[in-house]
Amino acid sequence: METKTIKHKSGFWDVVKSLVSGLRLTWKHFRNAKNRRTPEYVSDKNYFNQPDGLVTLKYPYEALPVPDNGRYRLHNEIDDCIVCDLCAKVCPVNCITIESVKATEEIGVTSDGTKKRLYAPVFDIDMAKCCYCGLCTTVCPTDCLTMTPVYDFAEVDIKNMIYHFTDLTPEQAEEKRQLLAKQQEEMAAAKAAALAARKQ
Amino acid sequence: MLAFVLTLVLLLSIVIVLAYAERKVAAFMQDRLGPTEAGPYGSLQSVLDVLKLLQKEDIVPAAADKSLFKLAPILIFAAVFAGFAVIPFTPDLVPAGIGIGVFYLLAIISLDVVGLLMAGWGSNNKYAMLGAMRSVAQIVSYEIPAGLAILAAVMVCQSLDFQEISYQQGALMNQFPGLEYEMNWLFGIRDLGINTTTIGGITTWNIFRAPILLVAFVIYFIASLAESNRAPFDIPEAESELVAGFHVEYSGFRFAALFLAEYSMMVLVSLVAVILFLGSWNTPLPNIGPVSLAYWTTGTVGELSSILWGGFWLLSKTFVLLFLQLQIRWTYPRLRVDQLMHLCWKVLTPIALAVVLIAGIWRLLMI
Repeated sequence: METKTIKHKSGFWDVVKSLVSGLRLTWKHFRNAKNRRTPEYVSDKNYFNQPDGLVTLKYPYEALPVPDNGRYRLHNEIDDCIVCDLCAKVCPVNCITIESVKATEEIGVTSDGTKKRLYAPVFDIDMAKCCYCGLCTTVCPTDCLTMTPVYDFAEVDIKNMIYHFTDLTPEQAEEKRQLLAKQQEEMAAAKAAALAARKQ
Repeated sequence: MLAFVLTLVLLLSIVIVLAYAERKVAAFMQDRLGPTEAGPYGSLQSVLDVLKLLQKEDIVPAAADKSLFKLAPILIFAAVFAGFAVIPFTPDLVPAGIGIGVFYLLAIISLDVVGLLMAGWGSNNKYAMLGAMRSVAQIVSYEIPAGLAILAAVMVCQSLDFQEISYQQGALMNQFPGLEYEMNWLFGIRDLGINTTTIGGITTWNIFRAPILLVAFVIYFIASLAESNRAPFDIPEAESELVAGFHVEYSGFRFAALFLAEYSMMVLVSLVAVILFLGSWNTPLPNIGPVSLAYWTTGTVGELSSILWGGFWLLSKTFVLLFLQLQIRWTYPRLRVDQLMHLCWKVLTPIALAVVLIAGIWRLLMI
């Protein structure tokens, strides 16, 4: 192995030289302060290559772009949701709360042709609890639950972190519940009548 | 009274600019942006900082020595501010033109130390006490090389009057009463036979009039960094060790006063360096034959032109030194206590003594 002798620089002029080179370095940075980092996408060839200038971005005004398919805030397209409750079941942190009410008749079809038979008076996602694992989006049979590239949604009040996706007002939900109860009553009455008729 | 108000206003505006510059320069040297939100390019940041400080609650710790604690910031600021009284800002504008200005300045600045110790002791806090002791030890030690460097300049100029020293360093020298027949020679050596009395400009600055004062200037500059507790001699308020040194317990207006005193000290030591070594309010441009740049950029004494030119040159030279102080802060690491004392007692003081001796000999060459 080759041994190198380290030359200690401790003479007066060496010290002066090193002091001056330090000043030169900060002066260089000061002079290059007119250059700014530009918000480029990660695939840009300058993304990792910033030779000089200020590295800070004025965040709320400038931000590094995120991928179009970034997986951050959850969004539920309630028109396409069949309220199957799979997402709530698979969620490891239980951040999805769903209440369902059976419809008295078919409500309609989702964009992929699945029939909707349930109303969702409550479909809440607590984004403060969400761990962004994305399992709910994988199990969603109609692909209505998706992750969006929105990442800056901090709130002052933590209650605002709960997102309500239902399309029913409480009154509408109550109406649907009563319709269902009425239908079930009628069905029960019809069943009882049929039973009584058979016994005779 | 007018001088008091004018000096205070001038000082406050310089300090506001300096506090903003400090943050911007620091940011740029570290590849950051610095303040950007308050006003264009964040320029109102330091004004708003002061307003915020004034609105804050004035807390006096229960265990503090109340009278010392309350008096200290005022004493510290008063000591530094009193130093501005003898600073000549233009050829005919000096708040208090006393004949022993240099001596008075050195004496009044030493009072600062008492205030620091009062603040540290009065806070009844170990960090404040340690910070104050370090600060006092450092300032007292560095007053020796600084004083010797100033002494060298005084020996060359043969005067303790800042205004007389200022006049000596320019083409206007013969207009000062008592200096009518004085002459400046290139490098202060009469035998070279080159008379620079009417050339003025940079050739008559003290660092050129007696080149040994260049060494004195470097010594004074290093010592002045230590005296104003600036990096790399900022162990009194070493952020990572002592929180903020002697002003850790202060808040609101009292903190603002301490902060102001600290920045005023920076301005004051830079002003003194400029006046004693870098030609004071004199222009750096010399008269070259018929092209009398020095006279054109000096104005006529007693008229507005001389006030404007004088103030411009003095302040721009001061700001160059202040920028250097900021740059040094973001370039060099902090010295350890023993390294600090080593530099003061074993390096700067012996060199300063030698400089005083050589300056005395140089003076003999000048006459």
